[in-house]
Amino acid sequence: MNRVLFYIITFTFVTLSILPFLWFVDTSLKSPLEITAIPPVLIPSGTLSSYSSAVKEYNLLHFIRNSFIVASSTTAVTLLISIIAGYSLSRLRIKYKGIIMGSLLIVSMFPQISIAGPVWKIMLHLGWLNSYQGLILPYVTLTLPLGVWVMASFFRELPRELEEASRVDGCSHIQTLFKIMVPLAAPGVFTAAILVFIYAWNEFFFALLVMTQQTFQTLPVGIALFQGQYTLPWGEIAAASTVATVPLVVIVFIFQKKIVRGLSAGAVK
Amino acid sequence: MQLSLQARERLFGYTLLTPCLLFVIIFAFYPILYSFYLSLHKIILSLPQLGQPFSGLDNYSALFQDRIALHSLRNTLIFVFFTTVFEILLGLVIALIINRQFRGRGLVRAAVLIPWAVPTVVASQMWRFIFNDKYGLANFLLFGSDTSAYSAWLANPVTAFAAIMIADVWKTSSFAGLLILAGLQVIPEDLYEAAQIDGASRWQQFRRITLPLVKPAILIALLFRTMDAFRVFDLVFVMTQGGPADATNVLQFYGYKKIFAEGLMGYGSTISVLVFFISLLISIIYIRVIGTGLFKE
Repeated sequence: MNRVLFYIITFTFVTLSILPFLWFVDTSLKSPLEITAIPPVLIPSGTLSSYSSAVKEYNLLHFIRNSFIVASSTTAVTLLISIIAGYSLSRLRIKYKGIIMGSLLIVSMFPQISIAGPVWKIMLHLGWLNSYQGLILPYVTLTLPLGVWVMASFFRELPRELEEASRVDGCSHIQTLFKIMVPLAAPGVFTAAILVFIYAWNEFFFALLVMTQQTFQTLPVGIALFQGQYTLPWGEIAAASTVATVPLVVIVFIFQKKIVRGLSAGAVK
Repeated sequence: MQLSLQARERLFGYTLLTPCLLFVIIFAFYPILYSFYLSLHKIILSLPQLGQPFSGLDNYSALFQDRIALHSLRNTLIFVFFTTVFEILLGLVIALIINRQFRGRGLVRAAVLIPWAVPTVVASQMWRFIFNDKYGLANFLLFGSDTSAYSAWLANPVTAFAAIMIADVWKTSSFAGLLILAGLQVIPEDLYEAAQIDGASRWQQFRRITLPLVKPAILIALLFRTMDAFRVFDLVFVMTQGGPADATNVLQFYGYKKIFAEGLMGYGSTISVLVFFISLLISIIYIRVIGTGLFKE
């Protein structure tokens, strides 16, 4: 009895989690007539016309390219900085650790609007509105708390002896860090990379402010601003949404263990 | 100059922290102070010839008489309350499910993680489509093919607000679940074994062992969800643009509109400052309740 109930609840949660999105994927494979049909068409004709129209008329490939550049650069920069900062905060004897970790936590939590105007002004001043660095720099800042917390939690679990042995062997601090510690904390680096990449890939608010020209806009901005002449181009929106989401779904299915570990380790989004 | 070993280690430690701190100071702390500075000035982006005259607290007195701002504050608080309550409850159930050993657990775990991975803008468009007045799935599931009964969910103040909350709960319950799961995993198994030997029922075990021990994790999830719900933006931007008639307007969206759509950089910054202080207050209260353990390393 208990068992049956458990499976029913589990089934319900799984269904509710995936069904709405599957419906959108389904929509992306329909013809315009099928999209507006009542009752709804369950099995689509499988046309890829929404995809080709999203590419041709809505510059989908452009958005993908921008998103990829911004998200991967953010990931690279954030990780490098997070590795050295996380190492310092978890393994070295320094003061004010609590305050630094706490301020990072605050940065990860305060609403973006509280810094939006000034960040926009800084970028305007530097001439970096509508440039990749104009978005990458704020993203690095916003993902650093996550990166540092995850890296610190992974470094903390490594045994002290390794570091000491390496130091005794005459390695400098920096050699010890990159030759001994980083390879050992590789799962942590990888976990942080996934989380940071997903964050940067999905972020919308700053992308909307910084990228006002279509040539530089990222996928979320593109998808949010899709506009038809008379009606909303639902097929194209669904197609672009599918393209934006499927890579992440694949990542989740392959790396769900790492993601769960990373999110709960840092406990920071 | 000869530094002691510890002094050298400390120096090295701070050097490693420098890039991180520079980023945070330049793009987070300085902008907050700058927002406060801007809020004390009259700045209209479309009228640069006005300059930036100092206006004292004028913007703030205007803010407290701005009915839409107060309405947005109210909406934000309602949104935060309802979404966090549902997300924590559903998150607890999700955590209990994926903490159990059963076949296919990996797949279930990945499946419930999907909403978390879906970009919020995508989730917003998806739910906007589901709640579409003419051919949305919500209408069909409720009314079948009887199109005369179809409702324009996003054009009605109450249902539009509910739709946004449903979308948020769908998107983030699993994140709350993961944080709670972390708390469940540290509960030692022998506690349950001992309880079983003593003849405690499953419900008693849940009440007396699981709940008290998972409470810290629930509080942390509550903290993160509250702060995140407080800055809701994407859903509102895509699904309703704050409408109908500001029924779904929230602080972050209102601030965005004032600063960037209307170009009222000075006035809009009061909203930035207000939002910052409210969220600081909320996080201080939570951290007090959770205890300072979070900051001790």
